[in-house]
Amino acid sequence: MTAPLSLALGALAAALLSAVAALAADERPMLFRALVSPLFGLACALLLAAGLGGLLHPGVARATLPLGLPWLHWHLRLDALAAFFLALIGVVGLAVALYAPGYAREFEKRESLAVLGLFTGLFLTSMVLVVLADDAFAFMVAWELMSLASYFLVTFQHEHGANRRAGFLYLLMAEIGALAILLGFGVLAGLGDGFAFDAMRRAAVGGGWGTLAFVLAFFGFGMKAGLVPLHAWLPEAHPVAPSHVSALMSGVMLKVAVYGFIRFCFDLLGDMQISWGVAVLVVGAVSALLGVLYALMQHDLKRLLAYHSVENVGIIFIGLGLAMVFAGAGFPALAALGLVAALYHTINHALFKGLLFLGAGSVLHATHQRDMERMGGLLKLLPWTGLFFLVGCISISALPPFNGFVSEWLTFQAALQAWALENGILRSLIPVTAAMLALTGALAAACFVKVYGVTFLGQPRSTPARKAHEVSFGMRAGQGVLAAACLLLGVLPTFFTGLLDTVPGLLLGQHLPQATAGGWLWLTPVNAHTASYSAPLVFAALALAWWLAAWALRRGAVRQVRRCDAWDCGFSPLTPRMQYSATGFAQPIRRVFGPLFRIEESMSRDEEGLLRHRLQVHDRLWEWLYLPVGRAALRAGRWVGHLQGGNARIYLGWTLATLGALLWLIS
Amino acid sequence: MADLLNPAAWLLVPVQALLFLVGAPLLAGWIRQWKGRLQNRRGPAPWQPLRDLRKLFAKEALVAHSASTVFRAAPYVVFASTLLAVCIVPFISILQPATAIADMIVLVGFLALGRFFLALAGMDVGSSFGGMGSSREMLVSALAEPAMLMAVFTLAMSAHSTNLSTVAEYNLAQGLVLRPSYLFALLGLVLVAVAETGRIPVDNPATHLELTMIHEAMILEYSGRHLALMEWAAQLKLMLYGVLLVNLFFPWGLAQTLSPAALLAGLMAVAAKLAALGMALAVGETVLAKMRLFRVPLFLNLAFLLTLLGLLSHIILEAGA
Repeated sequence: MTAPLSLALGALAAALLSAVAALAADERPMLFRALVSPLFGLACALLLAAGLGGLLHPGVARATLPLGLPWLHWHLRLDALAAFFLALIGVVGLAVALYAPGYAREFEKRESLAVLGLFTGLFLTSMVLVVLADDAFAFMVAWELMSLASYFLVTFQHEHGANRRAGFLYLLMAEIGALAILLGFGVLAGLGDGFAFDAMRRAAVGGGWGTLAFVLAFFGFGMKAGLVPLHAWLPEAHPVAPSHVSALMSGVMLKVAVYGFIRFCFDLLGDMQISWGVAVLVVGAVSALLGVLYALMQHDLKRLLAYHSVENVGIIFIGLGLAMVFAGAGFPALAALGLVAALYHTINHALFKGLLFLGAGSVLHATHQRDMERMGGLLKLLPWTGLFFLVGCISISALPPFNGFVSEWLTFQAALQAWALENGILRSLIPVTAAMLALTGALAAACFVKVYGVTFLGQPRSTPARKAHEVSFGMRAGQGVLAAACLLLGVLPTFFTGLLDTVPGLLLGQHLPQATAGGWLWLTPVNAHTASYSAPLVFAALALAWWLAAWALRRGAVRQVRRCDAWDCGFSPLTPRMQYSATGFAQPIRRVFGPLFRIEESMSRDEEGLLRHRLQVHDRLWEWLYLPVGRAALRAGRWVGHLQGGNARIYLGWTLATLGALLWLIS
Repeated sequence: MADLLNPAAWLLVPVQALLFLVGAPLLAGWIRQWKGRLQNRRGPAPWQPLRDLRKLFAKEALVAHSASTVFRAAPYVVFASTLLAVCIVPFISILQPATAIADMIVLVGFLALGRFFLALAGMDVGSSFGGMGSSREMLVSALAEPAMLMAVFTLAMSAHSTNLSTVAEYNLAQGLVLRPSYLFALLGLVLVAVAETGRIPVDNPATHLELTMIHEAMILEYSGRHLALMEWAAQLKLMLYGVLLVNLFFPWGLAQTLSPAALLAGLMAVAAKLAALGMALAVGETVLAKMRLFRVPLFLNLAFLLTLLGLLSHIILEAGA
């Protein structure tokens, strides 16, 4: 197990070198392509190797870095859980490293490549450190570094006011979340004997203090992961970063928050309680549903994808909630199933969301448009990007035989085992959350029909969309890697569940012995009688059925297709403006789920007498949660302001009074 | 569960696929004939859809200038995914080994895959009809899918399995007991089936009136063999839902051995059940009027509530018993 840790340390060094090398990239843009990105890619390849090594040979490796406090050096530890997340960072990072040089050419003239490379390198370093950290101090330092590095990436194009505003919101919420996590660690450290994770594990805090620590951690990590109602920063911050950084943020950074949550709740806290699991389950289900509904209302491509991250993090937390409920109720085997389902969805989401953000970046690169209403027909001009994007759309819509389906299937299987529970309320609650998951999946499919149909199909809706060009080879390769991984995880799930199985072995002391009992063809999460899914055979049968249909038709008399005009009812030919728009596509769903949104709709005539339709869909949570909290914070600030008269004597008086009070308290 | 290593049982799978391929147009024709009779017409012969398919396959396929490869690939994807879906239901025998490859949730996934490409194909040409059809289809399916899965969960939680053969076997072994959960699930699934197969009162398969069509709007641009594949897939889907309804809730008659006599009896039984179901559908389509689009969500909410009630009554009344 030491070899993977050495590889991971090597990756840290490579990522840091990449960050340092980037400092000179402003003078020599060549350097970005020739040194910064390859070093970044090397770091990610090392991470992938370290992660796979750690999963294949489960064990625990430790190291201590001579950094940090004099009495508390940074402890690092690589176990199966950390290895899984390292592999995840590695595979998405590798695709990003392939993609970044082509995408960054855009910025060569106008922006600073040094800033981009420096903070991307630091971002990677900090995420790896978070995953490796084995004491609360190192964890929090790495966590804060991650927030700061990503803040600078969000505000990379800071000349736009909206980006600065998004960055500020992001930083504010990241810091509030970090405070909650710090307090959570404080509870564990106070009741244990120190900040090292080993001490916290030994103390195994449970009961009321455990619940307090859980609530703090759920708040803090949930905020970083983008769970509803703490998601407001996510659709603002993710879209405005450069697209490959969006892929890293949505694909990887949210997963680091998931990692933190799993580490905290499954590893450091004491005995699991059912009520925690129920809270996680409900919040996850609500996040999934609201995330996809808000995503449907967007027509900014990257913003839409960011809302889908809220949805998918919700699905991950449904799996985690199931695992926690089952663990609390004393069914470790079912808990292991829930955990594997959650982890499988974690890697899946990293892959397809990374892919979709890279695809959105290619579209942005080719058309300089983010608004889907101005796109259309891009499949003909960007065939490769279109193909890879389609793979991403199918995967995220949870359709067989791609990867998203496998993890949702596993989650459903875990939920269907609810009959084993004693508690009647739990037995009914879990299927209802499964129904919400089903609705989420179906709405996600609707949303991606909209995305793909409006962006890549039909006729171009604007001049930039007509003049789009395919992106460079590196950018296509980055997407291709992720698309291939999506297919691989969809078609050969038994290999990957076998790999993931080491994580519940570490955290719950329980494997899924049955999952691959029928050989590599059959995925049988509970047992062969309960459910089985053979993804390789499904894939083969789908290909066979397609081939048979095509073969039978080829033998028919008429082979050729004739090109003609589309049906126009006998009136004038179709124009691009006659197509369904993204807003129009979502209109029925907007109407059905209307009460969940705050919709502003108006009609007016402009100067030329043309009718203008204006539609804005707002997040209800802004007015229900964020604005009241903001107002309360301002009021509290004003009230505290009364204490500050600006007169030195008053301040001295306060200091004296505080000292006196403290002396009285300790005596 | 069927024996996975029995080659005779596996031979049943292609036979079943062929029976479905021939039976689905016949079922559609049967329904059409009965509708005709109920409307005081003579109605076309039941094999008319088969003739139509043959005619379409012999015709040249027209593709719009603005269409991309997705438009040309979609009929094959839709057909292949629907064909796979019909291969994994117990049709004439409960000894159906292909049910182990894909369970009920995968079945829902196959149908969703077909629908995804159908809706994409509707968007591809860039006409308003296609977009309208896709938008409506995705709304209907998004609301129908949770109801469908709730019904599936009720069956799966009763039998402790999502394998379709196991579920049919369990129901067969239980005998005829009136269970509230099954009643609710059946009613809900009937509503879902009506919505998903585009029948009255949700959609009208016979209309080409622009403002009312859903399924027909998506395939408006198709012709020749592409249209034939799309039509065939739709007929397969109709028969699939019929088989699900009759074989999961009324599994009597399903062959329990692989002897020719038992299989023949199973075929007769399922044909009789489907014929009865087809007549019921024809009567329903004659007496009901098509709903406005925005009444469809209410209809599907009803389906969801019914299936949810079914699940809850299973958990409260039946589980643990």
